[in-house]
Formats: sequence, C-alpha cells, structure tokens
Amino acid sequence: MPAPDGTPERRFESYGEGIPIPGVEPEELTGWLIVIEGTDGVGRTTHVNHLRAVLEREGYAVAETGLTRSDLAAEGIRRAKEGNTLGSNAYNLFYATDFADRLERQILPALRAGFVMLTDRYIYSLIARAIVRGADADWIKSVFSFALKPDAVFYLRIQVPDLVPRVIMNGGFDYWESGMDLPMGQDLFDSFVNYQARVIQELDQLASEYAFATLDATHPVEEVAHDLAERVLELLRQSAHTEDVQGA
Amino acid sequence: MMQGQTRYGGNAPAWPGRLFIVEGIDGSGKSTQLTLLSQWLQSEGYPVVFSEWNSSPIVRETTRRGKKRKILTPLTFSLLHATDFHDRVEREIVPFLKAGAIVLADRYVYTAFARDVVRGVDPAWVRSLYRFAVVPTMSFYFRTPLEVALKRILSGRPKLKYYEAGMDLGLHTEAQASYRLFQARILAEYERIVAEFGLTVMDATKPIETQQKILRKSIAPHLKGLRQEGIVHARA
Repeated sequence: MPAPDGTPERRFESYGEGIPIPGVEPEELTGWLIVIEGTDGVGRTTHVNHLRAVLEREGYAVAETGLTRSDLAAEGIRRAKEGNTLGSNAYNLFYATDFADRLERQILPALRAGFVMLTDRYIYSLIARAIVRGADADWIKSVFSFALKPDAVFYLRIQVPDLVPRVIMNGGFDYWESGMDLPMGQDLFDSFVNYQARVIQELDQLASEYAFATLDATHPVEEVAHDLAERVLELLRQSAHTEDVQGA
Repeated sequence: MMQGQTRYGGNAPAWPGRLFIVEGIDGSGKSTQLTLLSQWLQSEGYPVVFSEWNSSPIVRETTRRGKKRKILTPLTFSLLHATDFHDRVEREIVPFLKAGAIVLADRYVYTAFARDVVRGVDPAWVRSLYRFAVVPTMSFYFRTPLEVALKRILSGRPKLKYYEAGMDLGLHTEAQASYRLFQARILAEYERIVAEFGLTVMDATKPIETQQKILRKSIAPHLKGLRQEGIVHARA
C-alpha cells in the first residue's frame, strides 16, 4: 500500500532476517504495535485499560492481547500448569506457541486493519522467565526471532520492596509468580522475593538490549498513566499514516 | 544478534545409554523395522524404551484442537511439535539415556526439519529450535521411492486427514493429489537432510527380514556393556 505523499513510510521488521512467517507482507501492516512490559503485579492491566480509553477518545481503533490469550494454546497451558507436568523447555515452547498463534491470528490482522495493537507483555517477559528458569539466553532469543519489532516498548519498572505491598493488596502471592516451581526460597514469600528480583534483573538487561522506554512504576498511578498516554500519542502523531483532513 | 549462532548437531553427552532413531516418509516401513528391533533387543536382555513422535499427553489436546479447527499455521505447527518433542526429551529420552537404556525413537528432529521447511518455515530457525536435542548414536533413513510408499499408504488407508495430506499448503484441493505432492516435497527435503547430518541410509525396497538383518548388524558394535544379565523382561 503506497503511503500518502509527505507521510513517513512505516514498515515492520522482525528480529530475525526478513519476516520469517509465510504470507506476511510488511507494507500491508499499517497499524501500530505498542507493548507494555513489566513484572507480575506492577499494574500493567490498569495502564492498558487507561491507555485504551485515551486512544479511543482520540479516534484510534484499539485491539488488545496478552500472554496465554490464544485460541490455540491457552487451554493447554492452563491444564499443564494445573498438573505442573511439563519440563521447563517444553513450557517455554508452549508459551512460544501461544505467542505465535496470537501474532498470526490477533496481532497481524489488527496491524493490517490499521489498529493500535496494545500488548500486555510481549516476548520479553517470556524470555526473562525462561532465562530465570535456566534456558540458554541465545537459544530462547532465537526461538522468538520471528516476532515483529514493536513501534515501542514501555517498561513499567519497579523493585521488589515496592512490589510486595501491591501484590498483597491484589490477592497475595501466586504460585508461578513466586517461582515456586523452582522453588527459590523456603516459603512463598522468600521464593517470591528471590524470583521477582531475578526476573526484574533480566527485564532490566532486556530493557537496554532492546531499547525499552522505561517508566518509574513507583510514581503515582495517575502520573504514570498520563505520561504513558502522552508518549504513545506523540508516537502515533509522528508516524501518522493517515492523510491530514482539511479544516480538521 | 537474535539469530542463534549454534544449531542442532552439537549436543552429544557421554551418557551410558544409546539412542537409535528411524526416519523416512509415511509407508517407508520404518516403524515395522523399529518394532522388530525393539523385540529383538528385549529378547537379548537389553533395557529398551520406545519414544514416538507427537505423543506427549500434555500437548496432545492442543494439537488435536489445532488440527480439528484447522487453525495451525506453519509457525504454530512447528512450535507445537517442538513443545511436544522437548517434553518427550525431558521425560522419556534423557532420563533413560542417563540410566543406561537403549532408547528407540520413531521419528526425531529430522521429521521436523523436513516437514516444517516444506511448509515454508526458515531452515536455520528450525535447526536452532532443536539445537539442544541429543544427537542419536545412529540415525537410520529408510529410503523409499515415492510410488512404493504411496502405494502402501493409499491402498490401505483411503481417508487422509487434512494436515497429514498437507492440505494446509494449498497444493491441491483433492486430498490424495495433495498428499502425493506433499510427500514428494518431504522426500526431496529428506535427501538434503541425509547429506547434511550424515544419516545412515537403508534401502527400504529390500525384503523386511533383510533390512532387519542389516539394522541389527549396524547397531551391534554400539551395544557393548548394556546387557542386563539376570533381569527378565516382564513383557518378554
């Protein structure tokens, strides 16, 4: 699709060579892919909901996705977790299957249709969790090399001491979010602290490697939400692919 | 930077067990040969375990769902089979190799390399996906002329499933015609793999008992010290 005169050409690419997904034409993808990253309990859902409302008010069509929301593998992953029966590399690849299904059947169609695709976590959380569970870093990154590079990744950064009260107020320590499958401590709390510290450490590493835009999630929610919305709107305006409407 | 430098072929740990695998297109007779080999090894007093492609119980339900609703793409097809494979490696293969057993696998990573690449998946990516798979002690490729294999399959089992026939590739609207074209492409891909990974080629047009004799003779040098004297197999 030719870009209208004077507007910058937007073109997606993947982390691998070309887009190694059969049947994808990068120039068809006219939407935006915006990722919200951050560890468990940092408040991503709140921010995605707020951002969606802001963008829709501005006239953008918004779609959403997040981990284990695939038609194909969500149910299978849920069942596997119930029995805690898969080895860690099998889990990593099951999540990669879930991601691939959402990329092809949720994200790409939304981008073709010119939507803003808001993604509650992307490959980075999956890579961080896999590394913490002992996966080879190069390997897990190469597994996800088919992923599209997002227009922006906003990283809600927090440290464990600030995370703990939020988690307590939101229902307590989850088995998996505490890394109890490993485990990393004598009880739920110890394991949570150690596991989350490692995940955050890996996310910090990925933040510099993939140039995330980092937001300090310890600031008041309204302030972070406002900042996030401003940054996203700025990005959408800069890379506008719509024609200016005369007199608008 | 994202593309892994290493690919499948480097992981050959010095565990006491042995891993023998068979590959070939449908109708090549590989499963028959592996079953005969398994029975012989057991009767000779060797500890034997069997591992089959696409058989992990946890992943099976998802595979069934994907196939039934025809929502599998080349990418998800590839990743789902890799999930299944890694689950089996961790549960059925590695522990037994460490324990000194003979593990027999009907299809291995090469099946994925052949099928996924025919479906359009990047060859380097799929080789990286499986890079931590243990390299077998010996890998046998049952080379069969396309028409021979097709005759065996199509004469006995006329109802071909959607993905089995490669209908997702859009090669032909009719299942049998699609299956022929799909198998021909897999066969061509296998030939590249045989050269790349040095698989041992078996002439699958020879009589079954002749092939079995060759197979037993080929693995014999690798069996030293694995026999369990005095243990009677419950199934023998």
